[in-house]
Amino acid sequence: MDLLRFTTAGSVDDGKSTLIGRLLYDSQSILDDQLDAVHRASRVLGEDRLNLALLTDGLRAEREQKITIDVAYRYFATPRRSFIIADTPGHVQYTRNMVTGASTADLVVILIDATRGVLPQSRRHAFLSSLLGISQAVVAINKMDLVAFSEERFHELAREFRTFAGALSFRSIDVVPVSALQGDNVVDPSSHMPWYAGGTLLNLLEHAPIDVPPADAPLRLPVQYVARPHQEFRGYAGTLAAGALVPGQAVTVLPSGAATRIRTVDAIGNAVMVTTTDEVDISRGDMLCDPGRRPSVMTRLGAHLCWMASGPLAVGRPYLLMHTTRQVQAFVTHIDHKVDVDTMAQVPTDALGLNDIGRVELSLAQPICADGYRVNRTTGGFILIDPQTNATVAAGMIDDDRPDATARPVSTDVTWQPWNVSREERERATGHGATTIWMTGLSGAGKTTLARALERRLFGRGYRTMLLDGDQLRHGLCGDLGFSPVDRAENVRRAGEVAKLFFEQGSIVVCAFVSPYRADRDRVRSLFPEGRFLEVFVSASRETCRSRDPKGLYRKAADGSLAQFTGLSAPYETPVSPELVLDTERLSIEESVARLVEALAARGVIART
Amino acid sequence: MVAQFERAAILFSGGKDSITLTWLARKAFAPARMPFPLLHIDTGHNFAETLTFRDQFARDLGCELVVRSVEDSIANGRVTDETGPSASRNTLQSVTLMDAITELKLDAAIGGGRRDEEKARAKERIFSHRNFFGAWDPKDQRPELWQIYNGRKHPGEHFRVFPISNWTELDVWHYIEHEQMPLPDLYFAHPRDVVHRDGMLMVNDPLIGTLPGDTPARLTVRFRTVGDVTCTGALESGAATVADIISELSAARTTERGARGDDRRSDTAMEDRKRQGYF
Repeated sequence: MDLLRFTTAGSVDDGKSTLIGRLLYDSQSILDDQLDAVHRASRVLGEDRLNLALLTDGLRAEREQKITIDVAYRYFATPRRSFIIADTPGHVQYTRNMVTGASTADLVVILIDATRGVLPQSRRHAFLSSLLGISQAVVAINKMDLVAFSEERFHELAREFRTFAGALSFRSIDVVPVSALQGDNVVDPSSHMPWYAGGTLLNLLEHAPIDVPPADAPLRLPVQYVARPHQEFRGYAGTLAAGALVPGQAVTVLPSGAATRIRTVDAIGNAVMVTTTDEVDISRGDMLCDPGRRPSVMTRLGAHLCWMASGPLAVGRPYLLMHTTRQVQAFVTHIDHKVDVDTMAQVPTDALGLNDIGRVELSLAQPICADGYRVNRTTGGFILIDPQTNATVAAGMIDDDRPDATARPVSTDVTWQPWNVSREERERATGHGATTIWMTGLSGAGKTTLARALERRLFGRGYRTMLLDGDQLRHGLCGDLGFSPVDRAENVRRAGEVAKLFFEQGSIVVCAFVSPYRADRDRVRSLFPEGRFLEVFVSASRETCRSRDPKGLYRKAADGSLAQFTGLSAPYETPVSPELVLDTERLSIEESVARLVEALAARGVIART
Repeated sequence: MVAQFERAAILFSGGKDSITLTWLARKAFAPARMPFPLLHIDTGHNFAETLTFRDQFARDLGCELVVRSVEDSIANGRVTDETGPSASRNTLQSVTLMDAITELKLDAAIGGGRRDEEKARAKERIFSHRNFFGAWDPKDQRPELWQIYNGRKHPGEHFRVFPISNWTELDVWHYIEHEQMPLPDLYFAHPRDVVHRDGMLMVNDPLIGTLPGDTPARLTVRFRTVGDVTCTGALESGAATVADIISELSAARTTERGARGDDRRSDTAMEDRKRQGYF
């Protein structure tokens, strides 16, 4: 017998719990002792008839407040099909539970109160269901008994909902008029609405097609566990996310890109244990894939996030990203916009709070192997975890349109070779340590001036140095990049990688980049060993920068010929804990350089004079 | 799950759900061995049949079995026995369980709980986070999306993991039939001395004492759940095989926990016990 998982959503007081209670009651899924308990509880609450909502409002706090506060799973079966209901709350602050319930559902039942119409909360739930990839909606227009079973009212609401939902990605929408309280059209057809010719709610649920992934979908097997009971056996266990497995089949292991063949397959449903013909390195978090149709291996990605924590999303803060069986460190580098769920308009924002849905860009410390969420919910969905509290703070759905500049595919068939001559050998030869000094600050703060003076001083004392300046790189290596947040991130990424090369060559690398986003700077920092990266915040007031205007940029920005100018029309995120702050309004160039030299000496990179 | 935790154990009661769970776990790791032991919290009020079965089952499957007993918790003063005719050690076992989790340094206790059993369990996560005191906070549960389970925890905290959350009672029986799994005889119809009490059929045993209105009888009964002698009600049944039980259940008009005295104490009895560390 097949299984349909559906979720229910609606506003507070739409009668959702009553509807589910009615569905269970009329389909004879409620047993005598449960019914007894509800009879008793109804009497305690002073209600004169059987309160069917009590069948589902399980927790004590819910009884007291008469609302549902968590996802509750219900199970029932008819001769035709088994059902799992994810019953989710209507109350606005529990939207995260709605998202949770929707993440595993094939279908959503959306409740609309016929007396109150299509409320923002109904729209929110419809939008979320669609965002979470549910392709079928059944809209139950409830409390038809309170509008005299009016056909006109029903069509009016059905039209309103269909108009709204036209912009969503439901494949099918059915609308059914019901009275959960009296049982009309829930399980049994209503005698009050002869004008309605469609199926009852249960009927629609019993006949809804169940989403099955296409049989020819490309193989995706995230490795969950490596079983090594004895020397001769090395098995890889996991739950098949798409495709099929047969002995002899060629597979690619990602992210390493290693190629092998399947030797044996043991499967119970989608739970499989495979062995391979070659001894390749496969561990938890790797993915076995169709060699011809691979997922993207990405360290940068675009996604929609549903924020589920009370504290807001912090751009640039490290979170832990869990995707299939892989955990990697991740930063949100940029928030594109949030979605106003009433109008579905994209609203520019720099913050996401509890229950907000936003489009963001993320940067990962290690690659993940992912598909777009619309293609595969398992390989396209992820969660973010707060590493301090361990709480799950966000659900993420990876964009389908790729690759743009944000979703940069990683070369997969590349193996890392250690440097031929190690940095330590080079440092011994030059007699000083390698290090990277990263100057960040507004245009006009004095970065380039200080960087040039510092390099000249160090070089004059016989140290091996290199200077990397934003303007120089943008003439060549980064000449293809503009000034959008994505391009800025890429500019800084390339600069960091170049600095890393000179660093490995034993140089003291002096870098001068506006680098306005904290996350971008932190990514560069992560390239270097602890203590070998000095973030220097070169600061000056906006007025001072404007009056200095060494490149005439402030003038251009003022007359409108320069868009996305940091400090005016684009943000600058001040460093939180830089190794050094140089206030160029108070310090002379000579004093600033002296502090930089002292900082290097204090770290043992260079000798004190 | 095993990949996310260091020390796990299956909470094994000798009931059909924990038997099913152990069966599944063994198959999941085959041909390797199941990398965790069975932990049984012995209340001292278990059916003798359960204990015999437990030992035999663990031996046959080659599982390590660890037993910790409520008797010991009482003896060393951790808990005090309830008294009176409806006395039960059901709430006491939470203390023994927490002590065992601390002693064995478990960071994951795997249980056979199913969401269809009871209202409070309907809201349980598959990975259920427990704080330092083993308590469950239903208002602060981690959202569980797709099949991604967040098992991150601070030192001293642990998880209860419920792999068969989404199975129903009937699913369990169908699986038992399919796998021809061994079960304690208690689940099948047998003659037994019982007493009628408060609409339930209790085992006629000194442990349950006597109350006015008790009517003793000898009937052919079986048990739908297996807990303590003191709180598990029998039902009159002629179901002698798994197939009989499946057809009996398909026509049943009461839930399996309807015969559990521990849930009938109050409407939120299960939720209250879970908040205190019950599983």
